[in-house]
Amino acid sequence: MSLKKPNYIRPLDLKNGRVDMSHGSGGRAMAQLIAELFAAELGNPYLAQGNDGALLPPPGGRLVMATDSHVVSPLFFPGGDIGALAVHGTINDVAMMGATPLYLAAGFILEEGFPLADLQRIVRSMAQASRDAGVLVVTGDTKVVEQGKGDGVFITTTGVGVVRDGVTLSGDLARPGDRILLSGHIGDHGMAILSQREGLQFDASIVSDSTALHTLTAALLDCGGQLRVLRDPTRGGLATTLNEIASQSGVGMVLQESAIPVRPAVDAACELLGLDPLYVANEGKLIAICAPADAPRLLAALRAHPLGTDAADIGEVIADAHGFVQMVTRMGGRRVVDWLTGEQLPRIC
Amino acid sequence: MKYITEFRDGELARSLAAAIAREVEPTHEYRLMEFCGGHTHAISRYGLSDLLPANVRLIHGPGCPVCVLPIGRVDHAIKLALQHEVTLCTYGDCLRVPASEGLSLLKARARGADVRMVYSTLDALKLAQANPNQQVVFFAIGFETTTPPSAVAIKQAQALGLKNFSVICNHVLTPAAMHAILAGDGGKLLHGFVGPAHVSTVIGSAPYEPFARDYGKPVVIAGFEPLDVMQAILMLIRQINAGRAEVENEFTRAVTAEGNRKAQALVADVFELRDAFEWRGLGVIPHSALKLREAYAEFDAERRFGLEYRSVPDHQACECGAILRGEKRPQQCRIFGTACTPDNPVGACMVSSEGACAAHYTYGRFREHSDSPLPQAG
Repeated sequence: MSLKKPNYIRPLDLKNGRVDMSHGSGGRAMAQLIAELFAAELGNPYLAQGNDGALLPPPGGRLVMATDSHVVSPLFFPGGDIGALAVHGTINDVAMMGATPLYLAAGFILEEGFPLADLQRIVRSMAQASRDAGVLVVTGDTKVVEQGKGDGVFITTTGVGVVRDGVTLSGDLARPGDRILLSGHIGDHGMAILSQREGLQFDASIVSDSTALHTLTAALLDCGGQLRVLRDPTRGGLATTLNEIASQSGVGMVLQESAIPVRPAVDAACELLGLDPLYVANEGKLIAICAPADAPRLLAALRAHPLGTDAADIGEVIADAHGFVQMVTRMGGRRVVDWLTGEQLPRIC
Repeated sequence: MKYITEFRDGELARSLAAAIAREVEPTHEYRLMEFCGGHTHAISRYGLSDLLPANVRLIHGPGCPVCVLPIGRVDHAIKLALQHEVTLCTYGDCLRVPASEGLSLLKARARGADVRMVYSTLDALKLAQANPNQQVVFFAIGFETTTPPSAVAIKQAQALGLKNFSVICNHVLTPAAMHAILAGDGGKLLHGFVGPAHVSTVIGSAPYEPFARDYGKPVVIAGFEPLDVMQAILMLIRQINAGRAEVENEFTRAVTAEGNRKAQALVADVFELRDAFEWRGLGVIPHSALKLREAYAEFDAERRFGLEYRSVPDHQACECGAILRGEKRPQQCRIFGTACTPDNPVGACMVSSEGACAAHYTYGRFREHSDSPLPQAG
């Protein structure tokens, strides 16, 4: 991003203006958009270097790098928006590797005609999320596509972080006997989005759980103990994420349905739309798999943190060559908790 | 969630399971068909078979709307969307049903067809109103539950004078399918039915009387919650043990003997019986489906677009037919879980979560792997 301010004739019309093709052309209009909107909101010394990339100090330690693209619709939803989500999503991917997130890069694909006021609101929310998390957006890029070729705005963020010495977390480290911890209620984010999309009203509104989880992961790492896997169950929900881990580690799992926290409003919305909360996306929850002896201590650490007050021990890793994730239902019966198939299409009767 | 959690109570389920275990005669086999896909789904999702004695066997019936939809009907929809360039609307489950030439509505969409998933017939109607120059076709499927909403949409389209809205009617009738099953091998195979939940709210309990009277098979109408199913199984076992064959209603909170008269009148106004209709798995069954009456002919997509029905056989190795008739279990099909999976369904029973194969694959397939450890139910 180039931030040197040329001599503009008129400031950006952030009230009624819209994105046009010139905002992505590399010319003066783009420079103005960057200076008056992106840099104004996200400003920090690295961004202010104004070069093609950010020059950063050596981090000292093993690096983690993660990237995530965000295409959520609607762009604004209860509990968040695409801007905050783009910050949280990537911070969480870095944090799940046991790393302290340090910096973010952000790429914007804007659709011609997108209101500048909405863009400002998104970037402002991104800046707030980044300040709250203490992770700076140090470089970025903007492109504009013709009307009809995008959906308002798409944001890709890339994050880097540094891993503490001695910490190794990986999806292939789960072992039979390990406990499976979950940091709180599932399905909040997906149902907040869906109920907004479908215009559903509930007595208790459903709010996205979108948040940065690196302080929660830090609390777990501070505990010591044998933590093997950390992962945030985003797309595909808890069920899909556990299947990924089971398949990576070559193990099975047994969950207790009664132990998995689901808010009544989320449960009701899922019921109405024919969805299963196990497959609904989260943006502020984590799964921690740990040695059985350390489970009580790590669970206590989760519960002591504001983002983990409703944490629960939801099941056990078992030896199973077939890699099935099974669940003992509330009824006392058993079922497989399978990978998500296709999209979650609602049942019809 | 009031009125739902009460019907998912684990403790009550266990006491019902104990009652069932007490009442079954150990020397008897109880083969009970749950007609509806909604029941199949509940049984699998809550693992209810684990709560039943080994000699009580649940057989999945054909009451899954997308499962009984023959390939030829889906071909109609795909042809309309691809060749006539209409906007084709349907319920979510229909999109993945495999049709001819490796296509499905979802795959047709990837080839440029305008296929939309709707939650309600009225969403399709709104699309037609918003796009007066575009033909909008609603691909209507389902048993008696989804028929009244289709009738409402057609009547509204007429009232609004819409010239760009029509319906491909694939609505089918539950009692006709039950007759077909009992007239075939099912008559010998089955000892009783867990009767439909939502369908019965519309048609009432009276239409099931012939199955008890003429075929001697008890029918217990049950809701879709796990406790409903358990209670209905207990009621069926009591009837069978007592040598009774009656229609009983476990789902009294929603089902009456005469059903929903208003919905029935609406359906009778808009639709009439087809002479015959092809069902996947059950073949051609006379008087088993509905078509639009003459008075609503202009909203009949089959007439508007001159669609000629062509029957297409199922994939050779696919056992959906025998499974839908209750003669085979999903795991007895040799392509189950190999060539045919929910991600890549060959037969329709693998598509909807209400389909017998998809339900077993998604929720129950660990049972075939005896080396896969079974957790203690607790």
